[in-house]
Amino acid sequence: MLGRRISNIYRLGIKELFSLRRDMVLIALIVWAFSFAIYNSATGFSHDLRRGSIAIADQDGSALSLRISDAFLEPYFQQPARINERDIDAAMNSGAFTFVLVIPPRFEADVVSGRDPEMQLNIDATAMMQAGIGQGYVSNIIAQEVSTWLGGKSAWAGQNRSEAASIVTRYAYNQNVKSEWFTSTMEIINAITMLSIILSGAALIREREHGTIEHLLVMPLNPYEIMLAKVWANGLVILIACMLSMIFVVQLVLGVPIAGSKLLFMGGVVIYLFFATALGIFLATMTRSMPQFGLLFILVVLPLRLLSGGSTPLESMPEELQNIMQFSPATHFVKYAQAILFRGAGIEVVWPEFLLVFAIGVGFFAFSAMRFRKSIAQMR
Amino acid sequence: MVENTDHVDQIAVRLEGVSHRYGKVAALDGISLEIPVGQTVGFIGPDGVGKSSALALISGARKVQDGTVETLGGSMTDARHRNAILPRIAYMPQGLGKNLYMDLTVRENLEFFGRLFGQGKRERDERIARLVEATGLDPFTERPAGKLSGGMKQKLGLCCALIHDPDILILDEPTTGVDPLSRQQFWQLIDAIRQTQSKMTVLVATAYMDEAARFDRLIAMNDGKVLASGTADEILERTGSDTLEAAFIALLPEEQRRDHHELNIPERTIHGDTPAIVAEHLTKKFGDFTAVDDVSFRIEKGEIFGFLGSNGCGKTTTMKMLTGLLNASEGMAELFGKPVDGQDIALRNRVGYMSQAFSLYSELTVMQNLELHAHLFHIAKDKIKPRIKELSERFGLGPYHDDLSERLPLGVRQRLSLAVAIIHNPEILILDEPTSGVDPVARDGFWELLVELSRDQGVTIFISTHFMNEAERCDRISLMHAGKVLISDTPDAITKGRGCETLEEAFISHLEEADGEDGQSTPAPAPEDALSASNGDQANWKPAHASLFSFRRLWAYSLRETMELVRDPIRLMFALIGTAILMPVFGWGITFDVENLTYAVLDRDQSAESRTYTENLSGSRYFEAQEPLTSIDDLEARLLAGEITLAIEIPPGFGRDVGRGSSPEIGAFIDGSMPFRAETIHGYVEGIHQLYLSENLKRDVGSSDTGQPLRIETRFRYNQDFKSIYAMVPSVIALLLVFIPAVLMAVGVVREKELGSITNLYVTPVSKLEFLWGKQLPYVALGLINFFLMSAMALFWFEVPLRGNGLTLLTGAILFVTATTGLGLLISSFTSTQIAALFGTAIATMVPSVMFSGMMQPVSSLEGVSALMSKAIPTSHFMSISVGTFTKALGFAELYPELISLLIFFPALTLLSMLLLKKQEA
Repeated sequence: MLGRRISNIYRLGIKELFSLRRDMVLIALIVWAFSFAIYNSATGFSHDLRRGSIAIADQDGSALSLRISDAFLEPYFQQPARINERDIDAAMNSGAFTFVLVIPPRFEADVVSGRDPEMQLNIDATAMMQAGIGQGYVSNIIAQEVSTWLGGKSAWAGQNRSEAASIVTRYAYNQNVKSEWFTSTMEIINAITMLSIILSGAALIREREHGTIEHLLVMPLNPYEIMLAKVWANGLVILIACMLSMIFVVQLVLGVPIAGSKLLFMGGVVIYLFFATALGIFLATMTRSMPQFGLLFILVVLPLRLLSGGSTPLESMPEELQNIMQFSPATHFVKYAQAILFRGAGIEVVWPEFLLVFAIGVGFFAFSAMRFRKSIAQMR
Repeated sequence: MVENTDHVDQIAVRLEGVSHRYGKVAALDGISLEIPVGQTVGFIGPDGVGKSSALALISGARKVQDGTVETLGGSMTDARHRNAILPRIAYMPQGLGKNLYMDLTVRENLEFFGRLFGQGKRERDERIARLVEATGLDPFTERPAGKLSGGMKQKLGLCCALIHDPDILILDEPTTGVDPLSRQQFWQLIDAIRQTQSKMTVLVATAYMDEAARFDRLIAMNDGKVLASGTADEILERTGSDTLEAAFIALLPEEQRRDHHELNIPERTIHGDTPAIVAEHLTKKFGDFTAVDDVSFRIEKGEIFGFLGSNGCGKTTTMKMLTGLLNASEGMAELFGKPVDGQDIALRNRVGYMSQAFSLYSELTVMQNLELHAHLFHIAKDKIKPRIKELSERFGLGPYHDDLSERLPLGVRQRLSLAVAIIHNPEILILDEPTSGVDPVARDGFWELLVELSRDQGVTIFISTHFMNEAERCDRISLMHAGKVLISDTPDAITKGRGCETLEEAFISHLEEADGEDGQSTPAPAPEDALSASNGDQANWKPAHASLFSFRRLWAYSLRETMELVRDPIRLMFALIGTAILMPVFGWGITFDVENLTYAVLDRDQSAESRTYTENLSGSRYFEAQEPLTSIDDLEARLLAGEITLAIEIPPGFGRDVGRGSSPEIGAFIDGSMPFRAETIHGYVEGIHQLYLSENLKRDVGSSDTGQPLRIETRFRYNQDFKSIYAMVPSVIALLLVFIPAVLMAVGVVREKELGSITNLYVTPVSKLEFLWGKQLPYVALGLINFFLMSAMALFWFEVPLRGNGLTLLTGAILFVTATTGLGLLISSFTSTQIAALFGTAIATMVPSVMFSGMMQPVSSLEGVSALMSKAIPTSHFMSISVGTFTKALGFAELYPELISLLIFFPALTLLSMLLLKKQEA
């Protein structure tokens, strides 16, 4: 009996692959999502301070103020623009600059004579991602420039006293805090979520709309077999796409070093794929037509994408929302993917997460199986 | 000269050397014909011989590939001529109610078509009143088209076609799948119309040969060619046949006719007395609608039992209850003496089912379909090949083995379906209208197989059909109507019992009786009276003409789309409630306030000084202390597990070294896997370290000097508290106004392509622009409702005040929604399936809108492709407006460049969509 079941699942899955092969549009979209889309996001988008736009209203025009202007360098800052003080509001209103530094008149002279001059740093605080980090960078750059400049002059009294303690910061797992490491892998995760839900859910709805599902249900097959076939076939396609993307786009083209075991990561992907394809089927049993499925898909996939910790830090969200997101396997997937890929974590660290994702997947799968016949009957 | 124009006028349609191909398959192969004005011409022939293609070319629905197609005196390849005559053509495509809108009522459907042909309200109402009276639809004007019976759908289709008094009426298989009473009424209607409008040319394709006799002229087609043309009598005479069906078979080329011979049904042998199928008081209700009402029957083993009835009378539902696909609401069904159980796998091995629509995998080849089913029924490996070979020979599938099922002619598809249904040698065969739309030769061949199965192998066959001659071949039949069985007996007994000559007459008589009883069905129409009544108002009716742009046609589409949207509560709910759910989730959830960071300290000093140092950390609102670390290994393990994101290592002798002034080194380990968080933590740690240093200095020297040569006064502009919601809530408004309107819009157009109502764009005077804008308008309105909803939530729930100019925001929102719906429209104008449209829209909007719109990374810091992309998507522009007006207190003076950028999208996207949308099928 088991042999028969496995054979059924295998046969139906092969059929899924044949169907997919005929749909050139879907194939093109899969290829695009796992190649160019990932490359583009990783290279074009940054999760930290990159190319911050800065303008300087220099009312001093001294050697020191010029020196400070020259100190803002790529990749953190763009070449500072020089603007007039009265243009500051307009420039910031239009969003042309995130940072505008005002160097007061007689700045150099005041520094030399120890009069503690005050600079003004305007930050566009609606640019949440760069504003906070940028403040630290700007302050550090100025402090450093001024102190080296003073060192050359050795005229300032305060500098010969050493600090009480120093701090050395090391970034574990990503020494240079390279954003493309993070972005590329998170984009792969997003592509996996999106494509596996669409592929499996749409495959079921298409069968229902074409009436082929009724045909399957009068054959000696049970809903589990029909669903598992969709899970493995669509999952396999995504898995292969994901593997190729990891090797060629992430490692080869983007040069991201992968700390942990790729095999373990793929294991994690497989478990997540089980969940995501089961979710796709679940959504398909909840809806009656493709447009309805599409809308529900958008409603589900957006929170999965934006709130899983792959875009913004999870711990900063309101506590209730964090608790809710604990039920989302995407959150756990992001967590263990980061652990494996960046921190080199092994199975001993990630197994509880694996188990949890699998359990949630089983839940969706079982619920869909229960609804399966009923949802077909509702179609009339 | 006069004679010459007369001549042109007299020819309504002229085809010369017309060929048409779909990929490799030739549908038409160099046909030429002329049809004079005022004739009724029947195109007869099997399915897939090119009848539909010829009609579609004549109507202008399809693009001419090769040859000359002239309709109403001009070439259909000439766009100007085509536009000019479109208002004079009416085209009813194949398929029950294919170009109707099922969610709309009868009246709304008619009004939609009236508007498309530019009729004013008064004219429209008069015309509709006349048509519904003539067709007997007047009691049902408020009923949704989807809830009409098949016959009534076709009558409505005819009304919609006639609403503009066309000169040519093109009907593609209008009566396929319609019950005999409705069919009779349909043709009476056509005759009446012909009498009142003798100038009208009527072209009809049909598979029912008995209908063909009523046409002025017949064009018999086969394999893309014209076999014969002439009156019915001429054709009968030429072939020396009694019936058109026989005549057609005689006309076929030798090799196709070869296998055909008169069907002979031997007497049934009685196999034991356990009935194969029993139904007792079977009832099925869907909500308050009773689809099957108290149906009972017993079918003996080896019997061929026929179910005869109109569309939607409950035949299919009964069959589904027998197969276990549906559970009965009341009553019970037994197969082989056991109650039907949907879960019983063993039972399914003994039953074969063929559903009404082709339900095999159209994307697989014939061979792949056969093999798949052989495997799924677990036919022994060594028997699969011989079984497939045997079936292929018997069903003539050999030549098609490697063809995709979707490309097969209908007759071949049905043969394949039957082959699949019996591949496992079932004892019961349940066939739901297996021969609908199949040509006579193929149908006879099909029945031969059924007879063989029944008589030689004792297979019980339960079959539903529309064809009377098929019903006559059954051992017993049930006449079904409106969920009830009218009578159940042998065909002979039924005919005689009614005192009729034919089964059809008997059926019609039963139907009329049933209609009279429940009084809810179509009253017999009185077409002549209604249509011929000379009506003074007619003088005011303007003939339909093709103007370049008409708001009425645009409005027709807008109105219809709105009604469809409003009647789809689930779509509407998603659109509105979806926004209401996602807005708070994202507004609170997407945050760049890095807080509640977990950290732990590895204190190797354990002195008063080291505690002073760590107190600054534990006092910070950003950090949350975890169990202290015990060793470097512990530190690494906990960082690895993601339990902590920051570890501070205080070296041994820290307090002592600080006292000595030897500047000990503190280690900070930050989890770098999330760069934004890591950098932010770095900034916090530096700040806390500086705080320690200045406190230390204060303690030591007692001075308030910070030890720095200058001070930097930081002003967080627009958002003094530096709180995420002030930036994120306005951004989320922009984000959600992309997805939902774009996706709703995208499926809106492709849905018409999939359901077939796109034909109305092809064959009515509506222009591409009217179609696009008309469909877009309701979604723009929906988008604006969303906008108001979200703005209200932002103001009153999130308490994000609107500091800037509200009118600028509103203007921006209107422009933005036209752009995002325009994007959905663009995607749907070149995709052909809903799934592709959905997927395409998701990819085209989600990634760029999240990443390059300025919501996360400021637009001013993007470069290269990303910077271009940011300029090229509308989201970034509206996000500037939304954030600008809400948080930055800006107005029109500052934001007008963004408004101008947004303004460009709408015309640009419309233009692109117009270029990609086709006004004709390829």
